[in-house]
Amino acid sequence: MTNAPAALAKPRSQWADVWVQFKSHKGALVGLFVFVSLVLFVFIGPMVWTKDPTFINPDAVTMIKTRNKPPSIEFPLGTDQLGRDMLARMMKGGQTSIAVGLTAMVISITLGTFVGVMAGYFKRLDNALMRLTDLFLALPLLPLLLVMAMLFRAPLSKAFGPEGGTFLLIVVAIGLTSWMQAARVVRGEVLALKEREFVLAARSIGTPSRRMILRHVLPNVMSPIMVAATLGIANAIITESALSFLGLGFPPDFPTWGRLLFDGAEYIQQYPERVIWPGVAISLTVLSVNYIGDGLRDALDPRIRGR
Amino acid sequence: MLTFTLRRLMFAIPTLLFISLLIFLLVDLAPGSPMSQIPLTVPPEVRLKIMEAMGVNEPVMVRYLLWLKQFFVVEPLVLWDHWFSTEYSAGMQRIVSWQSRSPVMDIVVQRLPQTMTVIGTSYVLGVLIALPIGIYSAYRQYSWFDQLGTFIAMIGFSVPTFFTGLVLILVFAVNLHWFPSIYDTSLRVTDWASFMQQVKQMAMPVMVLALYNAAQISRYMRSSMLENLGQDYVRTARAKGLTERVVVLKHVVRNSMIPVVTVIALGIPSIFGGAIITEQVFRVNGLGALLIGAIQGSDLPTVQTLTFIFAVLIVLFNLIADILYGLLDPRIRYD
Repeated sequence: MTNAPAALAKPRSQWADVWVQFKSHKGALVGLFVFVSLVLFVFIGPMVWTKDPTFINPDAVTMIKTRNKPPSIEFPLGTDQLGRDMLARMMKGGQTSIAVGLTAMVISITLGTFVGVMAGYFKRLDNALMRLTDLFLALPLLPLLLVMAMLFRAPLSKAFGPEGGTFLLIVVAIGLTSWMQAARVVRGEVLALKEREFVLAARSIGTPSRRMILRHVLPNVMSPIMVAATLGIANAIITESALSFLGLGFPPDFPTWGRLLFDGAEYIQQYPERVIWPGVAISLTVLSVNYIGDGLRDALDPRIRGR
Repeated sequence: MLTFTLRRLMFAIPTLLFISLLIFLLVDLAPGSPMSQIPLTVPPEVRLKIMEAMGVNEPVMVRYLLWLKQFFVVEPLVLWDHWFSTEYSAGMQRIVSWQSRSPVMDIVVQRLPQTMTVIGTSYVLGVLIALPIGIYSAYRQYSWFDQLGTFIAMIGFSVPTFFTGLVLILVFAVNLHWFPSIYDTSLRVTDWASFMQQVKQMAMPVMVLALYNAAQISRYMRSSMLENLGQDYVRTARAKGLTERVVVLKHVVRNSMIPVVTVIALGIPSIFGGAIITEQVFRVNGLGALLIGAIQGSDLPTVQTLTFIFAVLIVLFNLIADILYGLLDPRIRYD
């Protein structure tokens, strides 16, 4: 009896268990690998490949000579119509695109979780907050995003600089228009959690609402939040590149993958690779993030495995 | 069911009013609004005249109410007059575009056919592709067909439509010269040759949108089928000695279609939004192109009206989906 506990294997924590499950999903593992390599390429790459992505040769003759170059040792992905190095631009563009995706996701998840927890936990707020969510779900999002981009771009660029202003605008606009799904899912989970015995136990010893939410509710709704978060990254990256593609995103000096695609579309007949590279980068990122989300969902919720 | 429908309709009205107010205020009070863009060198009295001519010298609320009246009273009356050749709307002021100085609704009516043919065909095609794929994937779960279907569906909704569109242009227009890369709106279908030309120019935008829609709908169909295939009534049907064909196609598919039909209804307004991008890629002269043009030209009445039309579509199809769900599934009782 005394040495029985020693014979038992060390108990796995919940997240170690999730990782074991996650590893068994091949697509998710490949997705994770691809996503990490893309992030490394984009953020570590510029330290190795130190060409300036916005460098235009001031000498006009050299500039014209280095325009529209095919791939070579000096320019592995060629140059664009102003002689700028495409590899460096791809890295810089990826930094912005991935940063937009992550920041917008954080905003939308924070907002969605807040609304969801409030609506699920406090009965008084439930009706009002859910009506608000329904209202937001009925908004035509892409047209509204386009309108917001048109109206607020100039003033924000003036206030925060062209890059900072546009970044702020796009991130906030995407965050404000994509929190509804997360809020609905979180609310449902919170409503179910509230009926559980441990919540009753915690309440019966007089735990105040604030600690109740932070200690008991939030940690238990982490799994749907994480799944919503991965899908949120994919959604934000696609939305940003769509805005840039319609010419209402970042200004041309600050490349993003969507902007590069937009610039390359004009030259699609002569230099198709300029469309292919950024397009493949966007697609790979979104695809890998979606696979990670799939794997996470399976790992976190065994009931829906294989659906 | 009737009371439920009425209740939902009653709720749709304040929703739409609120959304219209939101759109109106957002466009109107934004710091970048074109009313603040009249150059400072313009003398104040001329500026006042310009503002008056554009109808923007009134307070916001007055203009909002006027716009509401124009949208909900004048425009339907114009439509009524057009259909029944009456004269109710004579002398009433319509919503006028700042760019073209013609009524916004007239432009919308001009642009609608292009959008409808492309979107309608692609959605129908997408559904027709998605349903068999979803059914077969679920029936043979984890088979190579299912794995392939899952993979293609994943690609279908991960690859953004503007990239698929450009790749198709590259392959079919630039390299193979099969299809034109630009949509010709003035083409009239009169004979077989012009019909083939229409088919050719619609092929690429329809392919892009159909792939995207099929990817999503086939996933819904598959998971709905999987849910039903494990039910007791399927075992009963097999035990009765029904053929596999009857069990799957008559019993399971019918029941699995219930949630899928609502998903299909819910997806219609969102593909109008998605079509904005596709129309831009293939230069289809439809509603999306109209919106982009109006945004770039700071044509506020057109932007407000179009955005609101999109909102009406969303609310309408949400309502239709809810009612369909109640009609198709007798287990759902709203009252």
